[in-house]
Amino acid sequence: MQIDRRSFVAGTLALGVPTLARAQGAGPIRIGEINSYTAQPAFLKPYRQAWELAQEQINAAGGVLGRKLETVFRDDAGKPEDAVRHAADLATAEKVDIIAGGFLSNVGLALADYANQNKRLYVASEPLADALVWSKGNRYTFRLRPSTYMQAAMLVEEAAKLPAKKWAIVAPNYEYGQSAVKWFKELLVKARPDVTFVAEQFPALGRIDAGATVQALETAKPEAIFNVTFAVDLANFVRAGNTRGLFEGRQVVSMLTGEPEYLDTLGAETPEGWIITGYPHADLQTPEHVKFRDAYKAKYNDYPRLGSVVGYETVQAIAAALAKAGSPDNEKLVDAFEGLKFGSAFGPIEFRKIDHQSTLGAYVGRSALKNGKGVMVDWSYRDGAKYLPSDDEVRKLRPAV
Amino acid sequence: MLDLVLTQTLNGLASASSLFLVACGLSIIFGVTRIVNFAHGSLYMLGGYLAFTLVTWLGPADPLGFWGGVILAVLLTGLAGVLIEVLILRRIYQAPELFQLLATFGVVLMLQDIALATWGPEDKLGPRAPGFRSFVILFDNRFPSYELFLIAVGPVVLGVIWLLFHRTRWGVLIRAATQDREMVSALGVNQRLLFTSVFAFGAALAGLGGALQLPREAINLHMDLSMIAEAFVVVVVGGLGSVTGAYLAAVLIGVLHAFGILILPKITLVLVFLVMAAVLIVRPHGLLGKAASEPRGHAGQLFLLNPADGAAKLFGAVALGLLALAPLVVPDHLILTLTDLVIFAVFAASLHLLMGPGGITSFGHAAYFGLGAYGAALAVKWLGSPMEEALMLAPLMAGIAGAIFGWFCVRLSGVYLAMLTLAFAQIAWATAFQWVDLTGGDNGILGVWPSAWAVPKTVFYYLALTIAVLVIVALRVIIFAPFGYALRAGRDSPLRAEAIGLDVGRLQWAAFTIAAIAAGIAGGLFAFSKGSVFPTYMAIPRSVDALLMVLLGGVQTVAGPIVGAFAYMGLNEQLMKLTVYWRFVLGLSIVLLVVLFPRGLVGTWLYWRARRESAAQTAATA
Repeated sequence: MQIDRRSFVAGTLALGVPTLARAQGAGPIRIGEINSYTAQPAFLKPYRQAWELAQEQINAAGGVLGRKLETVFRDDAGKPEDAVRHAADLATAEKVDIIAGGFLSNVGLALADYANQNKRLYVASEPLADALVWSKGNRYTFRLRPSTYMQAAMLVEEAAKLPAKKWAIVAPNYEYGQSAVKWFKELLVKARPDVTFVAEQFPALGRIDAGATVQALETAKPEAIFNVTFAVDLANFVRAGNTRGLFEGRQVVSMLTGEPEYLDTLGAETPEGWIITGYPHADLQTPEHVKFRDAYKAKYNDYPRLGSVVGYETVQAIAAALAKAGSPDNEKLVDAFEGLKFGSAFGPIEFRKIDHQSTLGAYVGRSALKNGKGVMVDWSYRDGAKYLPSDDEVRKLRPAV
Repeated sequence: MLDLVLTQTLNGLASASSLFLVACGLSIIFGVTRIVNFAHGSLYMLGGYLAFTLVTWLGPADPLGFWGGVILAVLLTGLAGVLIEVLILRRIYQAPELFQLLATFGVVLMLQDIALATWGPEDKLGPRAPGFRSFVILFDNRFPSYELFLIAVGPVVLGVIWLLFHRTRWGVLIRAATQDREMVSALGVNQRLLFTSVFAFGAALAGLGGALQLPREAINLHMDLSMIAEAFVVVVVGGLGSVTGAYLAAVLIGVLHAFGILILPKITLVLVFLVMAAVLIVRPHGLLGKAASEPRGHAGQLFLLNPADGAAKLFGAVALGLLALAPLVVPDHLILTLTDLVIFAVFAASLHLLMGPGGITSFGHAAYFGLGAYGAALAVKWLGSPMEEALMLAPLMAGIAGAIFGWFCVRLSGVYLAMLTLAFAQIAWATAFQWVDLTGGDNGILGVWPSAWAVPKTVFYYLALTIAVLVIVALRVIIFAPFGYALRAGRDSPLRAEAIGLDVGRLQWAAFTIAAIAAGIAGGLFAFSKGSVFPTYMAIPRSVDALLMVLLGGVQTVAGPIVGAFAYMGLNEQLMKLTVYWRFVLGLSIVLLVVLFPRGLVGTWLYWRARRESAAQTAATA
């Protein structure tokens, strides 16, 4: 035990000195970023690269409030309890001004709870749980990405136009999958009272038994399928579905599938004609996106993934809020974030005052094959602001804070 | 309806194939070397990745390129097995049982980062197999021909292994070594070569399992751990060391999955563990297993567990004093770390009661830690209890679970017992995960914060430290009370213990319950230290943490688990901050520690001291 104590003291000395130096004068503004880097590398590597790009650009332009931005990255390995530990450590030991990040919903919720308890700003970049801004929403938490509800609502708009009446569902068996299904059903039945759901499959996340799942769906003879699986489950599901003809003569509506992270893996196996949400990085030619894409390509010699957009815009949002608040003081920053407007690679967005959700949208289109690769075609941008419930409903969903 | 039953059976058989290949390699390795190879799932993943690279490079459309790539990948995985055996395992066969588990876990961590660095983060969907791209029509359904091929692979490999084992000298030696290792070496068989070849063979089978998944599933970085849990289940359900049993169990699990999807689509994960629990309760040695002959020369009993002597007591008192004074010296954020470490020390000490004096290995100890945490959190959420009350409910809930699970578990022994504890832990985990209305599912229970007086970090630290000292002292008292000695008698010689009137089963059951209560206290404290509770608290990795802490510290010492908790969790935390490749460094550190200190940290220290003393005595008498 003595050895441990000694190393603790040594660690303290090593860490303590720079902390003191930093606290003086106009040192950098520090962001503590927590994410599941080792658990979800496919999304988070491009995310972190774009984060560093954004920070570099901002610092090259003189920083914010005359100070540079600096980020301390931490890996939570997919465990919410580790994320909370990092948050506390970042706040106290590293003296960061802002906490940000999160990929999994439960990590996001844990960090939001920490933020509320400790009155620290938390900028949630990726976690999709609706609870983050609604039932568990709090003063200190803001979210960038369109939530599960918003993405389901965008897809329902298209699904309701289909002639299909008999629907089957496949979704990973955890909170995200369950709530996507819940909203999809609720909203679709509202738009189309004549639809019925004939089969539901909830494979364990990351552990789909694809052949048997496809068989079970096929047996129900649905006219259309709503798919929430992603990553490796999606690849396995698509391959089994293709070899068994599940998608022939059926419409498929699918969450997340258009994200380059997943289309790249599918490659030549990409099914054609699915209605999907995603990010058509190669074809999106708006000036703000081209500027972002060119900068990313120049630095990393690779195209951006959706994770890159999320990482990049999280930094932009923080910089914009800092500029508006005029200080990294958390209470002032929270006030600045409420109603904060700025221009993203997808167009102008706003962090709504009513529930702290940003109006960042998503692209909805169809999947297609081009030169043996999966792409999005016939896509259009859906502004997040249009896919949120009315203010009255939001007030009912979110506790007064 | 009948066609659906038949197709789903075929689907089950197809997924059973890779499972069988991996499990049978695992079973053979265990049979001969007694190593519970945690890295077996990693070898499966390695086989998949190697096949992806080689097949893509040799030309996926060309049958020679595809199958050549698969075979090369299998050979290379076998070679990786040789490296692991020669570089690491060979050095620690003499170490206490389960120490090899620790080493192979280090290999798991290293291979995770090696795979990430080599193949990148994206999932790899391989090409379809030449000659098996299409489908056949079976019972009006399309059925991929590759799945039919996979269905055939299982029995073919089973037949080949049977021939190897019954018609070659190598196979006969393996069977002999499975029965009696010492006798085989006494007869002059080169054990080193035999062990290396067995490990390579098992690794190659895992590699084959991975490579054959290429046309079927995307190769990804999570294949290792998802496979290893299921492979363990198959090995245990089939009966340790029984290749035919492994095949039967793989088929059973595969088919069960396929039908579970039809009947109970939401609980397929836990279904497997329910079946394992049911099988083990009815057939304690698995479907085709025999009661394992106790390995002779029971390793690990190098030291009798003695009450601490003066020097050790002084050392403990100094350490405790330092911990008590720590808040005065160390900065704020380290108080949080120390709080965690103190809680983990209780968790490790609770497992040690089972593993050390009890001789009972639990692979599912996190269940009680997690149930304690949930007990506290549920009390806060549903009863509105304050912290003081909720902390009382933590050991209660964990203790009740420990009594129930323990009642079943103590009827078994060895690895079977360990696997039943794992099954119960998985059932508890799945319940927390899927009973969303009660527990919030994977979003957990939030807002479990301490009462106002205990909110300051230092106050909570002292609270945790006080409770920890009380629990650990209580555990020590129990170990050195007649109960503890009786427990040890039951561990070392069950027959003689029974003969003098000790009810070994009942003693172990009591130990189980006590250990669960102590783990529950740790869990309850942890819940309030983090402010939230999640199913990850009782997932497999948390049970592995507990095992590692105890093994690293040293099973046959009382202080060991506490030192192990500080060393392992402290190292883990510091590494996570320092490098993105923390898993590689942590894995490497574990492997090095195991190779250098095969008795655990405290065990090694005691060993050195004992040697010095005996040397001094020899010098004095001379």
